Amino acid sequence: MASSKSLMNLLTFTFGSAIGFFVCYLLFSIILEEQVKIQPHILHNDPHGQHSADTDNNQLQGQMNFNADSGQHKDENKNIAEGLYQKVKILCWVMTGPQNLEKKAKHVKATWAQRCNKILFMSSEENKDFPTVGLETKEGRDQLYWKTIKAFQYVYDHYFDDADWFMKADDDTYVILDNLRWLLSKYSPEQPIYFGRRFKPYVKQGYMSGGAGYVLSKEALKRFVAAFKMNKCSHSSSIEDLALGKCMEIINVEAGDSRDTSGRETFHPFVPEHHLIRGYLPKTFWYWNYNYYPAVEVSLGTYP
Amino acid sequence: MISESSSFVKGVVLGGAFCMLVTLLGHIKVGHGTKAHHHEHHHIQAPNKEDVLNLSEGERMELSKSIRVYCIILVKPKDLGHWAAVKETWSKHCDKVEFYSSENVKVFESVALNTNDMWVMMRKAYKITYERYKDEFSWFFLAYPTTFAIIENLKYFLLKKDPSQPFYIGHTMKSGDLEYVDGEGGIVLSIESLRRFSRVLEDSDKCPEQGGMIWKLAEDKQLAICLKYTGVFAENAEDSEGKDVFNTKSVGALIKEAMSTHPQQVVDGCCSDMAITFSGLAPNHMHVMMYGVYRLRPYGHTYNDALVFLPPPGSDND
Repeated sequence: MASSKSLMNLLTFTFGSAIGFFVCYLLFSIILEEQVKIQPHILHNDPHGQHSADTDNNQLQGQMNFNADSGQHKDENKNIAEGLYQKVKILCWVMTGPQNLEKKAKHVKATWAQRCNKILFMSSEENKDFPTVGLETKEGRDQLYWKTIKAFQYVYDHYFDDADWFMKADDDTYVILDNLRWLLSKYSPEQPIYFGRRFKPYVKQGYMSGGAGYVLSKEALKRFVAAFKMNKCSHSSSIEDLALGKCMEIINVEAGDSRDTSGRETFHPFVPEHHLIRGYLPKTFWYWNYNYYPAVEVSLGTYP
Repeated sequence: MISESSSFVKGVVLGGAFCMLVTLLGHIKVGHGTKAHHHEHHHIQAPNKEDVLNLSEGERMELSKSIRVYCIILVKPKDLGHWAAVKETWSKHCDKVEFYSSENVKVFESVALNTNDMWVMMRKAYKITYERYKDEFSWFFLAYPTTFAIIENLKYFLLKKDPSQPFYIGHTMKSGDLEYVDGEGGIVLSIESLRRFSRVLEDSDKCPEQGGMIWKLAEDKQLAICLKYTGVFAENAEDSEGKDVFNTKSVGALIKEAMSTHPQQVVDGCCSDMAITFSGLAPNHMHVMMYGVYRLRPYGHTYNDALVFLPPPGSDND
């Protein structure tokens, strides 16, 4: 009897010590984890550098801010660029839709769109939060031309006096506004002209690729809007860029040459890889036959 | 019952006490470890732009010409696509670049090391490099072919650092007690570190070819172990704001991370403007990076860099 009792005691003792050890271990691992979490923070916080506290001075809730001015741009001189911003006023409107606001338009808004003098997002339906303009159309590729007409109409009705040039871009396009201003600074907004990646088929003076984006002068916009009122251009087409190009020719808006001083294209319908890497697009690809100007290939060996 | 519960309680107390003892002992050991670490630098910074601007024109010219970087790229035939991309792009900006490959390849020139083992390759590459170039270069940059490097930013970073000191710089990681430079982000050694490494290489106790008892250790960790024996410790490189300049991921991956961790300040959360490396890049991406870093410019923005580092003459770089 005594031996079984002492055995019981031993067992409970062992069991108790196991519990004690385990509980204590748990506690310690929690405490130590907290310490470990603190350590890397200290490592990164160099006494010389300053970690900016999480400031909430962004106007837009839940918006991404890519242009937070970091001190690393101290030796950048933007005077010329800022001068051009004042001199060449560009209104950008981005073709988008309700299903693409989160996926695509949001990123356009956080990045290059901030460099436009005025930015508008055009969708089939209005969204007050984003915000988007509701064009009261349906969505879909066959609706693109109708959306384009309505978008330009809206811009004309509300913002005609606010800009000199009117740029249309898709929600998967990236525009370098500084370089666009440099191109347009050589022309007058009173000229009936528009720029983009010029394609040669179907239209005598050529037309501008929709994917690469295109920009209309003030006069061009005026004529385009008037053309529909006077029924000079058709309202329907399943090919947005071609239809716009045909209309431009009818109303005597010139298809401009947007190439740089070395004859290289500045508007690109595809991602950089496709354009930078020789042979990426096969020679039989339709693209090579559409380009209005001959392709100027720069050998890849000559990076500065 | 009472005696059982009392023995239970005694057990709990003893168990807890034992656990505390063990933990504290272990903690003190770790504490000692970290204290020792605090004697060495953990992170190392780029020079301040003001400091550089305070130098005279002549001093700046001297500095920009004197700093010479030798690049080692470890390649294998399976990396041919990346190898070609590195060869055609950023490696041209090294003062000298050499491709050290596991075996001879017909298409490209390289130094054949005749081994497939990455650690053995690294040892041999560093050994050969030291023997041939110890009098010609003061900084040695080792990279894998999936890495993209901006040598000018590397030179700026190393500008005021004395190569006769034992530097071992890159993107550091910790594995248990070992702090090492992650090979993916590129490894920078000063001539002094390379000197010490080539010596300890010969010691098969401290720096064996077959490191790691049970399973093989990655070559970047092995390097750290060997260097540690010679008193050379890994340092994490940062810009003047504390951001890493050697990156083990691509720009795209880092931006994606920043979008979820710092949606309000993607730029602050992402990458340094003075970044030296990105990794995990496909060959096509290297060409896009070259275009973005060296050619694409927003009109009307001028940059007043205090120093200019030119790629070596005759390097087929316009």
